[in-house]
Amino acid sequence: MALARVACAIPLVLVFAACTPKTTSAPASDPAAPAPLSAEGDFGATLQGALINARPGDTVIMPAGTFALADSLSLDVDGVTLRGAGQGVTVLDFAQQSGAGEGLLVTSDDVTLMDFTVRDTKGDGIKSKGADRITYKQLTVEWSGEPDETNGAYGVYPVESKDVLVENVTVRGASDAGIYVGQSSNIIVRNSVVEFNVAGIEIENSTGADVYGNIARNNTGAILVFDLPDLPVTGGNATRIYANQIFANNTRNFAPAGNIVAGVPSGTGVIIMANRNVHVFDNAFENNRSAHVLITAYSLPFTDAAYNPLPRDVVIRNNTYSGGGDDPQGILTPLAEALGGTLPPIVWDGVSTWPGATEAQTVNLTIAEAPEVGFLNFGIPSYPLDPASLAPSPDRPASSPPAEPAAIVLAHVRE
Amino acid sequence: MRAAVLLLAALLAGLVSACGLTKGGGPDMGVILAEAPAEKLSAYGLFSDIAAAAPAAGVVPYDLVNALFSDHAAKHRLVFVPGGERAVYYDNEAFAFPVGTVLVKTFAFAPDMRTPDEGAYRVETRLLIHKAAGWAAYPYVWNKDGTEAVYTPIGGKRTIETITPAGAPLTINYAVPNQNQCKMCHQAGDVISPIGPKARNLNHQGQLEDWVAKGMLDRLPSSAPAAAAVYDLSLPLEARARAWLDINCAHCHKPDGSASNSGLVLSATETDPVKTGIGKYPVAAGRGAGTLFQVIVPGAPDRSIIAYRMASTEPGVAMPELGRSVPDPEGLALVRDWIAAMEPR
Repeated sequence: MALARVACAIPLVLVFAACTPKTTSAPASDPAAPAPLSAEGDFGATLQGALINARPGDTVIMPAGTFALADSLSLDVDGVTLRGAGQGVTVLDFAQQSGAGEGLLVTSDDVTLMDFTVRDTKGDGIKSKGADRITYKQLTVEWSGEPDETNGAYGVYPVESKDVLVENVTVRGASDAGIYVGQSSNIIVRNSVVEFNVAGIEIENSTGADVYGNIARNNTGAILVFDLPDLPVTGGNATRIYANQIFANNTRNFAPAGNIVAGVPSGTGVIIMANRNVHVFDNAFENNRSAHVLITAYSLPFTDAAYNPLPRDVVIRNNTYSGGGDDPQGILTPLAEALGGTLPPIVWDGVSTWPGATEAQTVNLTIAEAPEVGFLNFGIPSYPLDPASLAPSPDRPASSPPAEPAAIVLAHVRE
Repeated sequence: MRAAVLLLAALLAGLVSACGLTKGGGPDMGVILAEAPAEKLSAYGLFSDIAAAAPAAGVVPYDLVNALFSDHAAKHRLVFVPGGERAVYYDNEAFAFPVGTVLVKTFAFAPDMRTPDEGAYRVETRLLIHKAAGWAAYPYVWNKDGTEAVYTPIGGKRTIETITPAGAPLTINYAVPNQNQCKMCHQAGDVISPIGPKARNLNHQGQLEDWVAKGMLDRLPSSAPAAAAVYDLSLPLEARARAWLDINCAHCHKPDGSASNSGLVLSATETDPVKTGIGKYPVAAGRGAGTLFQVIVPGAPDRSIIAYRMASTEPGVAMPELGRSVPDPEGLALVRDWIAAMEPR
């Protein structure tokens, strides 16, 4: 394997030297500046071979160019950096992909992915599973064309991982969530752009997440914090959503009907569902036509005895709200019609119990906004929804605000 | 580095031969246990005549009660357990094979799969080797003459023209998996592990009694489980459908498998109905769910995501994700029949 790699590397250096002589001035032995892979021949085979043959600590460099890949890629070596020549400069195009569920799958620890674009995968864009201390940065994952049901589900998809960093990433067109972090812990998603996805950013069944400095625009729903039943990891908690720009998330819901996010009303900013200890502050909300903040229980039947379907210990404070709520969509359309057809910035379903709950539950919802910021409690006692049972109220509930979780510190990132 | 490894392997091979563990050109422990895979399949000494697919002494053919569907490929399995050692029996998990064990699976096609031995040709052979550091998976692709297979870590594609066991002409865009894809199916937590050699899959036609008699297996309790043969119509429908899902899906859909995050567990040993998909909503199925809401809707195969995905050939929808490019029509019919027979809720 190593012999083959050396043999390949020789013509690579020559090709590379011809285009960008600057980089080749680095010493050949400098591990920080290895030669890029050859753009000649079957690039998918070259790249997959390099990812299989990589040793821990290696950097695999992809050259500039758009490469049509017929198969998905995978990386299973710890400590590898996969790096392109820049977002939109190195483009992995999966439009002709056959087989497998995602563009790139990472299953090893301490991996960094940076400086490339993944386009038009059949399933998810980039997935990492059981991949601790992973970094996604300066990446674009996109589906070209108009938002479409046949686009892949997730753009950036770390799952079952500890210590996850997603920064300066752009995702557009995902038919589920642009950036989705599931069943993970210790997470930062920051300074990224999500647009024209069904869900912009989704933190699901995860513990300890900071989501900040992002721009979420033109999605169906901007930022979701969910907990779902019947999964290996439940009990999602401790998420802070702050200093994000969340505007005009009014794209129609184009998720396939069976998806959980197919129920997300077009025009929602932040949705908190069945999660605990969630703090939403210092965000700028603008022109989300259904509601800027929606707080809700999980509404489907479930059998998981350990699962709590209620949102709990939620704090909404010090955000700015402008426009929006003027054209509620989806499930919110009939609910809003009974109330004059519009909704205030912050909406809670009011659910405080569920069939099978064994004891009284406290949602403990804190709305610490200026008095003029509107709030609505639909007053739904429990799901399934009985429209006759609604008892809407504009009164903010009494609460005892939970302590805010400490800032996330990632094991692999020096700030 | 590689030269050093080869040198070491050669030295080891020499040593082992000198010790008399390799007899008559049989399995070469030096090659088997080397850090790197051999370039050629013949180097392992697993065959006495590789072109004729004749196994070497000590290399034992075996089969499974039910086989994973792989685009109608015929599969030929061999196991080599180093002399004097034996696998440890477990009821439900794969047997614990000693270091040095090699599991060999060859995928072959024939122009007409109704007569799979006529004009048969081998496409690939996958080795699963128990190295000192754990199991390792290596794909080998056969040459056109069928005289040698070469280590091919990045896999590849091959167009196969055949006639299915049901008599239908079929063109298959057959995919040889790359080395990482081998691991996706063979993952068990942080390690890779055999899938097939479990008691329930091997326990038929006196096969395990034979393994004990050959000294390859430490014991065989009389209570050893046996999977229902999926196409034995005398057996209960549910047992056959669950057995099909077990061998085709459960290597990923198990608590420590590649699909663990789905919460869908298709092992034959799972007893929680929701975990097996009944009334279960998908999590991250994306467009794989189509317009459907639950993995299995009792009484309604057309509304069950599992049947929809089994019938699909579309990347991102088709399940299993790897190892097939066409549906398994008999398996699909079996699972649909099972769902249809369930009491609607």
